[in-house]
Amino acid sequence: MGQKTALYDKHLQMNAKLVDFGGWDMPIHYGSQVEEHHIVRRDAGMFDVSHMTVVDVTGADAKEYLRYLLANDVIRLQEQGKALYSGMLNETGGVVDDLIVYLMTDPDVTGEWFRVVVNCGTREKDLRWMADHTAKFDNVALTERPELAMVAIQGPNALAKVASVLSDGRVKLINDLKVFQGLESEGWFFARTGYTGEDGLEVMVPEEYVADFWQALADAGVAPCGLGARDTLRLEAGMNLYGSDMDEKISPLSANMGWTIAWEPAERDFVGRQALEKQREAGVKQKLVGLVLESRGVLRSHQKVMINGEEAGEITSGSFSPTLGCSIAMARVSANIADTCHVDMRGKLVEVKVVKPSFVRNGEKVYS
Amino acid sequence: MNIPTNYRFASSHEWVLDNGDGTVTMGISDHAQDLLGDVVFVELPEVGREVTAGEEFSLVESVKAASDIYAPIAGEVVAINETLEDEPELVNSEPYEGGWIVKIKLADAAEVEALLDADAYAATIAEES
Repeated sequence: MGQKTALYDKHLQMNAKLVDFGGWDMPIHYGSQVEEHHIVRRDAGMFDVSHMTVVDVTGADAKEYLRYLLANDVIRLQEQGKALYSGMLNETGGVVDDLIVYLMTDPDVTGEWFRVVVNCGTREKDLRWMADHTAKFDNVALTERPELAMVAIQGPNALAKVASVLSDGRVKLINDLKVFQGLESEGWFFARTGYTGEDGLEVMVPEEYVADFWQALADAGVAPCGLGARDTLRLEAGMNLYGSDMDEKISPLSANMGWTIAWEPAERDFVGRQALEKQREAGVKQKLVGLVLESRGVLRSHQKVMINGEEAGEITSGSFSPTLGCSIAMARVSANIADTCHVDMRGKLVEVKVVKPSFVRNGEKVYS
Repeated sequence: MNIPTNYRFASSHEWVLDNGDGTVTMGISDHAQDLLGDVVFVELPEVGREVTAGEEFSLVESVKAASDIYAPIAGEVVAINETLEDEPELVNSEPYEGGWIVKIKLADAAEVEALLDADAYAATIAEES
Protein backbone atom coordinates (compact mmCIF):
# COMPACT_ATOMS: atom_id res chain seq x y z
CA MET A 1 0.00 0.00 0.00
CA GLY A 2 1.36 3.36 -0.99
CA GLN A 3 0.71 6.90 0.18
CA LYS A 4 -2.76 8.23 -0.47
CA THR A 5 -3.74 11.70 -1.57
CA ALA A 6 -6.69 13.49 0.02
CA LEU A 7 -8.70 12.42 -3.06
CA TYR A 8 -8.14 8.69 -2.59
CA ASP A 9 -11.73 7.96 -1.50
CA LYS A 10 -13.07 9.99 -4.44
CA HIS A 11 -10.96 7.90 -6.81
CA LEU A 12 -12.41 4.68 -5.39
CA GLN A 13 -15.96 6.11 -5.62
CA MET A 14 -15.33 7.03 -9.26
CA ASN A 15 -14.06 3.53 -10.12
CA ALA A 16 -10.43 4.46 -10.65
CA LYS A 17 -7.96 1.76 -11.47
CA LEU A 18 -5.09 2.53 -9.09
CA VAL A 19 -1.39 1.92 -9.67
CA ASP A 20 1.75 2.63 -7.72
CA PHE A 21 3.35 5.86 -8.90
CA GLY A 22 6.48 6.94 -7.05
CA GLY A 23 5.18 5.37 -3.84
CA TRP A 24 1.66 6.81 -4.21
CA ASP A 25 -1.55 4.97 -5.06
CA MET A 26 -2.69 6.99 -8.06
CA PRO A 27 -5.43 6.54 -10.69
CA ILE A 28 -4.14 5.28 -14.03
CA HIS A 29 -7.62 5.62 -15.54
CA TYR A 30 -11.30 5.56 -14.58
CA GLY A 31 -12.35 3.20 -17.38
CA SER A 32 -10.67 4.26 -20.61
CA GLN A 33 -7.41 6.14 -20.91
CA VAL A 34 -8.11 6.99 -24.56
CA GLU A 35 -11.57 8.42 -23.78
CA GLU A 36 -10.07 10.56 -21.01
CA HIS A 37 -7.44 11.82 -23.43
CA HIS A 38 -10.11 12.89 -25.94
CA ILE A 39 -12.17 14.60 -23.23
CA VAL A 40 -9.20 16.81 -22.35
CA ARG A 41 -8.58 17.71 -26.01
CA ARG A 42 -12.26 18.44 -26.65
CA ASP A 43 -13.85 19.52 -23.36
CA ALA A 44 -12.41 19.40 -19.81
CA GLY A 45 -10.82 16.76 -17.63
CA MET A 46 -9.30 16.83 -14.15
CA PHE A 47 -6.25 15.10 -12.71
CA ASP A 48 -5.25 14.56 -9.10
CA VAL A 49 -1.64 15.75 -9.00
CA SER A 50 -1.44 16.10 -5.23
CA HIS A 51 1.54 13.77 -5.21
CA MET A 52 3.71 16.53 -6.68
CA THR A 53 6.01 18.37 -4.32
CA VAL A 54 5.44 22.06 -3.53
CA VAL A 55 8.24 24.00 -1.87
CA ASP A 56 8.02 27.67 -0.90
CA VAL A 57 11.29 29.60 -1.07
CA THR A 58 11.35 32.66 1.15
CA GLY A 59 13.86 35.05 2.69
CA ALA A 60 15.79 38.10 1.51
CA ASP A 61 18.17 35.92 -0.53
CA ALA A 62 15.48 33.77 -2.15
CA LYS A 63 15.93 35.35 -5.57
CA GLU A 64 19.73 35.15 -5.59
CA TYR A 65 19.51 31.56 -4.34
CA LEU A 66 17.23 30.52 -7.21
CA ARG A 67 19.37 32.39 -9.72
CA TYR A 68 22.22 30.15 -8.58
CA LEU A 69 20.19 26.93 -8.27
CA LEU A 70 18.39 27.02 -11.64
CA ALA A 71 19.54 27.13 -15.26
CA ASN A 72 16.71 29.45 -16.17
CA ASP A 73 16.80 32.89 -14.55
CA VAL A 74 14.05 33.96 -12.14
CA ILE A 75 14.98 37.56 -12.92
CA ARG A 76 12.81 36.98 -15.99
CA LEU A 77 9.79 36.89 -13.68
CA GLN A 78 8.74 40.52 -13.70
CA GLU A 79 5.06 40.23 -12.98
CA GLN A 80 3.22 38.96 -9.92
CA GLY A 81 2.48 35.23 -10.20
CA LYS A 82 4.44 34.72 -13.39
CA ALA A 83 5.77 31.18 -13.88
CA LEU A 84 9.04 29.88 -15.31
CA TYR A 85 9.98 26.36 -16.41
CA SER A 86 13.55 25.39 -15.58
CA GLY A 87 15.98 22.58 -15.16
CA MET A 88 17.80 22.21 -11.86
CA LEU A 89 21.23 20.95 -12.93
CA ASN A 90 24.16 19.23 -11.32
CA GLU A 91 27.81 20.28 -11.77
CA THR A 92 28.21 18.05 -14.83
CA GLY A 93 25.23 19.72 -16.49
CA GLY A 94 22.86 16.77 -15.97
CA VAL A 95 19.26 17.40 -14.98
CA VAL A 96 18.55 16.80 -11.27
CA ASP A 97 14.91 17.64 -11.97
CA ASP A 98 12.69 19.89 -14.03
CA LEU A 99 10.34 22.24 -12.24
CA ILE A 100 8.07 25.24 -12.37
CA VAL A 101 8.76 28.30 -10.25
CA TYR A 102 6.19 31.04 -9.59
CA LEU A 103 6.98 34.57 -8.45
CA MET A 104 4.87 35.21 -5.38
CA THR A 105 4.26 38.45 -3.58
CA ASP A 106 2.62 38.92 -0.28
CA PRO A 107 2.13 42.39 1.18
CA ASP A 108 2.22 40.93 4.71
CA VAL A 109 5.56 39.25 4.20
CA THR A 110 8.75 40.98 3.20
CA GLY A 111 8.72 41.39 -0.54
CA GLU A 112 9.04 38.63 -3.09
CA TRP A 113 9.14 34.91 -2.55
CA PHE A 114 8.82 31.92 -4.84
CA ARG A 115 6.79 28.74 -5.07
CA VAL A 116 8.53 25.79 -6.70
CA VAL A 117 6.80 22.61 -7.90
CA VAL A 118 9.04 19.59 -8.44
CA ASN A 119 8.33 15.98 -9.37
CA CYS A 120 7.08 13.39 -6.92
CA GLY A 121 9.51 10.62 -7.84
CA THR A 122 12.48 12.90 -7.16
CA ARG A 123 11.15 14.50 -3.97
CA GLU A 124 13.78 13.38 -1.47
CA LYS A 125 16.69 13.95 -3.79
CA ASP A 126 15.39 17.40 -4.75
CA LEU A 127 14.77 18.51 -1.18
CA ARG A 128 18.27 17.44 -0.19
CA TRP A 129 19.78 19.12 -3.24
CA MET A 130 17.88 22.34 -2.64
CA ALA A 131 18.78 22.38 1.07
CA ASP A 132 22.48 21.70 0.36
CA HIS A 133 22.64 24.67 -1.99
CA THR A 134 21.27 27.14 0.55
CA ALA A 135 24.66 27.00 2.33
CA LYS A 136 26.06 29.87 0.28
CA PHE A 137 23.21 32.17 1.28
CA ASP A 138 22.46 33.75 4.63
CA ASN A 139 18.74 34.22 4.37
CA VAL A 140 16.82 31.51 2.52
CA ALA A 141 14.13 29.28 3.95
CA LEU A 142 12.62 26.24 2.23
CA THR A 143 9.18 25.14 3.36
CA GLU A 144 7.54 22.07 1.90
CA ARG A 145 3.75 22.33 1.62
CA PRO A 146 2.43 18.75 1.82
CA GLU A 147 -0.91 20.01 3.15
CA LEU A 148 -1.71 21.48 -0.27
CA ALA A 149 -3.55 19.11 -2.58
CA MET A 150 -3.36 19.85 -6.29
CA VAL A 151 -5.90 19.38 -9.08
CA ALA A 152 -5.13 20.07 -12.74
CA ILE A 153 -8.20 20.94 -14.79
CA GLN A 154 -7.32 20.93 -18.48
CA GLY A 155 -9.08 21.36 -21.80
CA PRO A 156 -10.76 24.02 -23.94
CA ASN A 157 -13.71 24.26 -21.49
CA ALA A 158 -11.62 23.94 -18.32
CA LEU A 159 -11.64 27.57 -17.23
CA ALA A 160 -15.38 28.00 -17.82
CA LYS A 161 -16.22 24.84 -15.91
CA VAL A 162 -13.95 25.72 -12.99
CA ALA A 163 -15.50 29.21 -12.92
CA SER A 164 -18.94 27.64 -12.54
CA VAL A 165 -18.01 26.25 -9.10
CA LEU A 166 -16.13 29.25 -7.67
CA SER A 167 -17.12 32.40 -5.79
CA ASP A 168 -17.37 35.64 -7.80
CA GLY A 169 -14.04 36.91 -6.45
CA ARG A 170 -12.23 33.79 -7.56
CA VAL A 171 -13.99 33.78 -10.93
CA LYS A 172 -12.59 37.26 -11.55
CA LEU A 173 -9.16 36.09 -10.44
CA ILE A 174 -9.04 33.16 -12.89
CA ASN A 175 -10.57 35.19 -15.71
CA ASP A 176 -7.80 37.75 -15.33
CA LEU A 177 -5.00 35.16 -15.16
CA LYS A 178 -2.55 35.25 -18.02
CA VAL A 179 -1.13 32.06 -19.49
CA PHE A 180 1.69 30.82 -17.23
CA GLN A 181 0.62 32.93 -14.26
CA GLY A 182 -0.60 31.82 -10.85
CA LEU A 183 -2.20 33.78 -8.00
CA GLU A 184 -3.22 33.07 -4.43
CA SER A 185 -6.67 33.50 -3.02
CA GLU A 186 -7.18 32.88 0.71
CA GLY A 187 -4.93 29.87 0.91
CA TRP A 188 -5.86 28.51 -2.53
CA PHE A 189 -3.57 28.99 -5.53
CA PHE A 190 -4.83 29.19 -9.11
CA ALA A 191 -2.27 28.83 -11.91
CA ARG A 192 -2.88 28.84 -15.64
CA THR A 193 -0.39 26.09 -16.25
CA GLY A 194 -0.53 22.41 -17.11
CA TYR A 195 1.04 19.38 -18.70
CA THR A 196 -1.31 18.62 -21.57
CA GLY A 197 -0.86 21.25 -24.30
CA GLU A 198 -4.36 22.59 -23.59
CA ASP A 199 -5.49 25.68 -21.76
CA GLY A 200 -6.41 25.04 -18.15
CA LEU A 201 -5.57 25.49 -14.52
CA GLU A 202 -3.54 23.84 -11.84
CA VAL A 203 -5.22 24.58 -8.52
CA MET A 204 -3.59 24.07 -5.14
CA VAL A 205 -6.18 23.52 -2.47
CA PRO A 206 -5.80 22.99 1.30
CA GLU A 207 -6.43 19.26 1.50
CA GLU A 208 -9.48 19.54 3.75
CA TYR A 209 -11.36 21.26 0.91
CA VAL A 210 -10.16 19.23 -2.05
CA ALA A 211 -12.71 16.39 -1.98
CA ASP A 212 -15.60 18.87 -2.13
CA PHE A 213 -13.86 20.84 -4.89
CA TRP A 214 -13.32 17.63 -6.90
CA GLN A 215 -16.96 16.60 -6.46
CA ALA A 216 -18.20 20.06 -7.46
CA LEU A 217 -16.08 19.88 -10.62
CA ALA A 218 -17.41 16.42 -11.40
CA ASP A 219 -20.97 17.71 -10.95
CA ALA A 220 -20.10 20.59 -13.31
CA GLY A 221 -19.17 18.06 -16.01
CA VAL A 222 -15.40 17.82 -15.60
CA ALA A 223 -14.34 14.22 -16.19
CA PRO A 224 -11.84 12.57 -13.83
CA CYS A 225 -8.74 11.52 -15.79
CA GLY A 226 -5.83 9.33 -14.79
CA LEU A 227 -2.09 9.37 -15.19
CA GLY A 228 -2.41 7.27 -18.35
CA ALA A 229 -4.11 10.09 -20.26
CA ARG A 230 -1.77 12.61 -18.64
CA ASP A 231 1.15 10.75 -20.20
CA THR A 232 -0.27 10.58 -23.75
CA LEU A 233 -1.37 14.22 -23.53
CA ARG A 234 2.05 15.47 -22.44
CA LEU A 235 3.75 13.33 -25.08
CA GLU A 236 1.56 14.81 -27.84
CA ALA A 237 2.38 18.26 -26.44
CA GLY A 238 6.10 17.44 -26.63
CA MET A 239 6.64 17.93 -22.91
CA ASN A 240 9.44 15.99 -21.27
CA LEU A 241 8.94 13.40 -18.57
CA TYR A 242 11.69 13.38 -15.97
CA GLY A 243 13.39 10.00 -15.71
CA SER A 244 12.38 9.04 -19.26
CA ASP A 245 13.35 11.93 -21.52
CA MET A 246 16.12 13.30 -19.31
CA ASP A 247 17.87 12.55 -16.05
CA GLU A 248 21.05 13.34 -14.13
CA LYS A 249 23.25 12.08 -16.95
CA ILE A 250 21.53 14.03 -19.71
CA SER A 251 22.29 17.63 -20.59
CA PRO A 252 19.35 19.96 -21.19
CA LEU A 253 21.01 20.63 -24.56
CA SER A 254 20.30 17.00 -25.50
CA ALA A 255 16.78 17.06 -24.06
CA ASN A 256 15.15 19.85 -26.06
CA MET A 257 15.59 22.14 -23.03
CA GLY A 258 18.09 24.56 -24.55
CA TRP A 259 15.42 27.27 -24.45
CA THR A 260 15.27 26.95 -20.66
CA ILE A 261 18.92 27.92 -20.18
CA ALA A 262 19.40 31.62 -19.53
CA TRP A 263 22.95 32.22 -20.80
CA GLU A 264 22.68 35.97 -20.31
CA PRO A 265 23.74 37.77 -18.20
CA ALA A 266 27.05 35.99 -18.70
CA GLU A 267 28.22 36.87 -15.20
CA ARG A 268 25.40 34.94 -13.53
CA ASP A 269 26.89 31.78 -12.08
CA PHE A 270 24.49 28.84 -11.79
CA VAL A 271 25.03 25.20 -10.96
CA GLY A 272 26.08 23.39 -14.14
CA ARG A 273 26.96 26.52 -16.11
CA GLN A 274 30.62 25.64 -16.72
CA ALA A 275 29.75 22.15 -17.93
CA LEU A 276 27.08 23.50 -20.28
CA GLU A 277 29.45 26.09 -21.73
CA LYS A 278 31.98 23.39 -22.53
CA GLN A 279 29.30 21.23 -24.13
CA ARG A 280 28.15 24.17 -26.22
CA GLU A 281 31.68 24.89 -27.41
CA ALA A 282 32.38 21.26 -28.23
CA GLY A 283 29.09 20.95 -30.12
CA VAL A 284 26.14 18.92 -28.92
CA LYS A 285 26.22 15.40 -30.35
CA GLN A 286 22.74 14.24 -29.48
CA LYS A 287 19.35 15.86 -29.56
CA LEU A 288 15.79 15.02 -28.67
CA VAL A 289 13.52 14.70 -31.69
CA GLY A 290 9.97 13.64 -32.36
CA LEU A 291 9.14 10.48 -34.33
CA VAL A 292 5.89 9.68 -36.10
CA LEU A 293 4.99 6.17 -37.23
CA GLU A 294 2.42 6.52 -39.97
CA SER A 295 1.94 2.78 -40.39
CA ARG A 296 0.50 0.41 -37.78
CA GLY A 297 2.20 -0.38 -34.51
CA VAL A 298 3.24 1.46 -31.37
CA LEU A 299 6.68 2.92 -30.69
CA ARG A 300 7.90 2.13 -27.16
CA SER A 301 10.63 3.55 -24.97
CA HIS A 302 14.09 1.97 -25.34
CA GLN A 303 13.49 0.81 -28.90
CA LYS A 304 16.61 1.55 -30.96
CA VAL A 305 16.71 4.25 -33.62
CA MET A 306 18.70 3.26 -36.73
CA ILE A 307 20.25 5.47 -39.42
CA ASN A 308 21.57 3.63 -42.48
CA GLY A 309 21.69 0.41 -40.51
CA GLU A 310 23.70 1.92 -37.66
CA GLU A 311 22.34 2.41 -34.17
CA ALA A 312 21.88 6.16 -33.67
CA GLY A 313 19.97 6.51 -30.42
CA GLU A 314 16.84 5.30 -28.70
CA ILE A 315 13.26 6.19 -27.96
CA THR A 316 12.86 7.91 -24.59
CA SER A 317 9.03 8.05 -24.59
CA GLY A 318 6.74 6.31 -27.03
CA SER A 319 3.03 5.65 -27.15
CA PHE A 320 -0.08 5.80 -29.24
CA SER A 321 -1.40 9.28 -29.99
CA PRO A 322 -5.18 9.19 -29.59
CA THR A 323 -5.51 12.60 -31.28
CA LEU A 324 -3.48 11.64 -34.36
CA GLY A 325 -4.51 7.98 -34.50
CA CYS A 326 -0.95 6.76 -34.92
CA SER A 327 2.10 6.21 -32.77
CA ILE A 328 4.45 9.03 -31.77
CA ALA A 329 7.63 9.12 -29.75
CA MET A 330 10.47 11.24 -28.47
CA ALA A 331 13.93 9.88 -29.15
CA ARG A 332 17.44 10.97 -28.34
CA VAL A 333 19.48 10.58 -31.53
CA SER A 334 22.61 11.76 -33.32
CA ALA A 335 22.28 15.48 -34.00
CA ASN A 336 22.79 14.91 -37.76
CA ILE A 337 19.57 12.92 -38.22
CA ALA A 338 17.62 13.47 -41.47
CA ASP A 339 13.87 13.65 -42.13
CA THR A 340 13.34 9.92 -41.77
CA CYS A 341 15.01 7.05 -39.94
CA HIS A 342 14.16 3.53 -38.84
CA VAL A 343 13.17 2.06 -35.51
CA ASP A 344 13.89 -1.50 -34.51
CA MET A 345 10.43 -2.64 -33.41
CA ARG A 346 10.62 -6.12 -32.01
CA GLY A 347 13.25 -7.12 -34.56
CA LYS A 348 11.59 -5.41 -37.53
CA LEU A 349 12.99 -2.18 -39.00
CA VAL A 350 10.15 0.28 -39.50
CA GLU A 351 10.47 3.67 -41.20
CA VAL A 352 9.42 6.71 -39.16
CA LYS A 353 9.25 10.43 -39.83
CA VAL A 354 11.53 12.74 -37.82
CA VAL A 355 9.87 15.96 -36.61
CA LYS A 356 10.29 18.59 -33.93
CA PRO A 357 9.22 17.07 -30.62
CA SER A 358 5.81 18.69 -30.50
CA PHE A 359 2.82 16.98 -32.06
CA VAL A 360 -0.45 18.52 -30.85
CA ARG A 361 -1.31 21.91 -29.35
CA ASN A 362 -4.80 23.10 -28.46
CA GLY A 363 -6.34 20.07 -30.10
CA GLU A 364 -4.57 20.49 -33.45
CA LYS A 365 -1.70 18.68 -35.13
CA VAL A 366 1.35 20.98 -35.19
CA TYR A 367 4.15 19.09 -36.96
CA SER A 368 4.49 18.82 -40.73
CA MET B 1 -14.53 -10.13 -13.98
CA ASN B 2 -16.64 -11.72 -16.70
CA ILE B 3 -15.80 -15.40 -17.40
CA PRO B 4 -18.57 -17.06 -19.46
CA THR B 5 -19.14 -20.67 -18.47
CA ASN B 6 -19.58 -22.00 -22.02
CA TYR B 7 -16.09 -20.83 -23.06
CA ARG B 8 -12.74 -22.56 -22.59
CA PHE B 9 -9.50 -20.77 -21.70
CA ALA B 10 -5.74 -21.02 -22.03
CA SER B 11 -3.63 -19.99 -19.05
CA SER B 12 -2.12 -17.32 -21.36
CA HIS B 13 -5.60 -15.64 -21.26
CA GLU B 14 -7.02 -16.56 -24.68
CA TRP B 15 -10.55 -17.92 -24.88
CA VAL B 16 -12.02 -20.51 -27.22
CA LEU B 17 -15.67 -21.05 -28.13
CA ASP B 18 -16.55 -24.34 -29.80
CA ASN B 19 -18.77 -23.59 -32.79
CA GLY B 20 -19.84 -27.25 -33.05
CA ASP B 21 -18.82 -27.52 -36.73
CA GLY B 22 -15.17 -28.41 -36.30
CA THR B 23 -14.17 -24.78 -35.84
CA VAL B 24 -13.59 -22.60 -32.79
CA THR B 25 -13.67 -18.82 -32.37
CA MET B 26 -10.95 -17.31 -30.20
CA GLY B 27 -10.09 -14.02 -28.57
CA ILE B 28 -8.62 -12.70 -25.35
CA SER B 29 -10.37 -12.79 -21.99
CA ASP B 30 -11.98 -9.90 -20.15
CA HIS B 31 -9.19 -10.19 -17.60
CA ALA B 32 -6.54 -9.91 -20.34
CA GLN B 33 -8.11 -6.82 -21.92
CA ASP B 34 -8.42 -5.23 -18.50
CA LEU B 35 -4.71 -5.76 -17.85
CA LEU B 36 -3.77 -4.35 -21.26
CA GLY B 37 -5.93 -1.24 -21.13
CA ASP B 38 -7.11 0.52 -24.30
CA VAL B 39 -6.31 -1.62 -27.35
CA VAL B 40 -5.18 0.47 -30.33
CA PHE B 41 -3.98 -2.10 -32.90
CA VAL B 42 -4.51 -5.80 -33.50
CA GLU B 43 -2.12 -7.55 -35.86
CA LEU B 44 -4.10 -10.36 -37.46
CA PRO B 45 -2.60 -13.54 -38.94
CA GLU B 46 -3.21 -14.58 -42.56
CA VAL B 47 -6.19 -16.74 -43.36
CA GLY B 48 -4.93 -20.22 -44.20
CA ARG B 49 -2.08 -20.16 -41.72
CA GLU B 50 -1.51 -23.44 -39.88
CA VAL B 51 -0.79 -22.95 -36.21
CA THR B 52 0.29 -25.22 -33.40
CA ALA B 53 -0.93 -24.81 -29.83
CA GLY B 54 1.14 -22.21 -28.00
CA GLU B 55 2.46 -20.58 -31.20
CA GLU B 56 2.61 -16.76 -31.33
CA PHE B 57 0.35 -15.77 -34.19
CA SER B 58 -1.13 -12.36 -33.43
CA LEU B 59 -0.20 -9.23 -31.56
CA VAL B 60 -2.43 -6.89 -29.58
CA GLU B 61 -1.03 -3.42 -28.90
CA SER B 62 -2.59 -1.28 -26.22
CA VAL B 63 -1.63 2.25 -25.24
CA LYS B 64 0.36 0.63 -22.45
CA ALA B 65 2.05 -2.43 -23.96
CA ALA B 66 2.37 -4.90 -26.81
CA SER B 67 1.14 -8.38 -26.03
CA ASP B 68 1.76 -11.52 -28.07
CA ILE B 69 -1.27 -13.68 -28.64
CA TYR B 70 -0.72 -17.44 -28.67
CA ALA B 71 -2.82 -19.95 -30.57
CA PRO B 72 -4.66 -21.77 -27.78
CA ILE B 73 -5.21 -24.78 -30.01
CA ALA B 74 -3.76 -26.32 -33.19
CA GLY B 75 -5.42 -25.92 -36.57
CA GLU B 76 -5.87 -23.68 -39.57
CA VAL B 77 -6.92 -20.05 -39.40
CA VAL B 78 -10.12 -19.93 -41.46
CA ALA B 79 -11.38 -16.43 -40.63
CA ILE B 80 -10.02 -13.23 -39.11
CA ASN B 81 -11.98 -10.38 -37.56
CA GLU B 82 -11.25 -7.58 -40.01
CA THR B 83 -13.52 -5.22 -38.07
CA LEU B 84 -10.69 -4.92 -35.56
CA GLU B 85 -8.62 -3.05 -38.16
CA ASP B 86 -10.90 -0.04 -37.66
CA GLU B 87 -12.36 -0.79 -34.25
CA PRO B 88 -9.65 -2.39 -32.11
CA GLU B 89 -11.48 -1.10 -29.04
CA LEU B 90 -13.98 -3.96 -29.50
CA VAL B 91 -11.37 -6.12 -27.77
CA ASN B 92 -11.99 -3.98 -24.66
CA SER B 93 -15.71 -3.40 -24.92
CA GLU B 94 -16.81 -6.86 -26.13
CA PRO B 95 -13.95 -9.26 -25.47
CA TYR B 96 -16.15 -12.36 -25.90
CA GLU B 97 -18.28 -11.20 -28.83
CA GLY B 98 -17.35 -8.40 -31.25
CA GLY B 99 -13.74 -8.51 -30.09
CA TRP B 100 -13.06 -12.04 -31.37
CA ILE B 101 -9.76 -12.34 -33.21
CA VAL B 102 -9.76 -15.48 -35.42
CA LYS B 103 -11.63 -18.67 -36.21
CA ILE B 104 -9.61 -21.85 -36.29
CA LYS B 105 -10.49 -25.16 -37.99
CA LEU B 106 -9.49 -27.74 -35.40
CA ALA B 107 -6.78 -30.26 -36.12
CA ASP B 108 -8.06 -32.35 -33.19
CA ALA B 109 -11.47 -31.63 -31.67
CA ALA B 110 -10.47 -33.31 -28.41
CA GLU B 111 -8.00 -30.49 -27.70
CA VAL B 112 -10.86 -28.17 -26.76
CA GLU B 113 -11.68 -30.30 -23.74
CA ALA B 114 -8.08 -30.12 -22.59
CA LEU B 115 -8.31 -26.33 -22.11
CA LEU B 116 -9.35 -24.74 -18.79
CA ASP B 117 -13.04 -24.43 -18.01
CA ALA B 118 -14.39 -21.21 -16.49
CA ASP B 119 -13.80 -22.31 -12.89
CA ALA B 120 -10.26 -23.46 -13.52
CA TYR B 121 -9.50 -20.23 -15.38
CA ALA B 122 -10.96 -18.13 -12.54
CA ALA B 123 -8.65 -20.00 -10.17
CA THR B 124 -5.64 -19.23 -12.42
CA ILE B 125 -6.44 -15.52 -12.32
CA ALA B 126 -6.91 -15.58 -8.56
CA GLU B 127 -3.48 -17.16 -8.14
CA GLU B 128 -1.84 -14.47 -10.27
CA SER B 129 -3.20 -11.55 -8.29
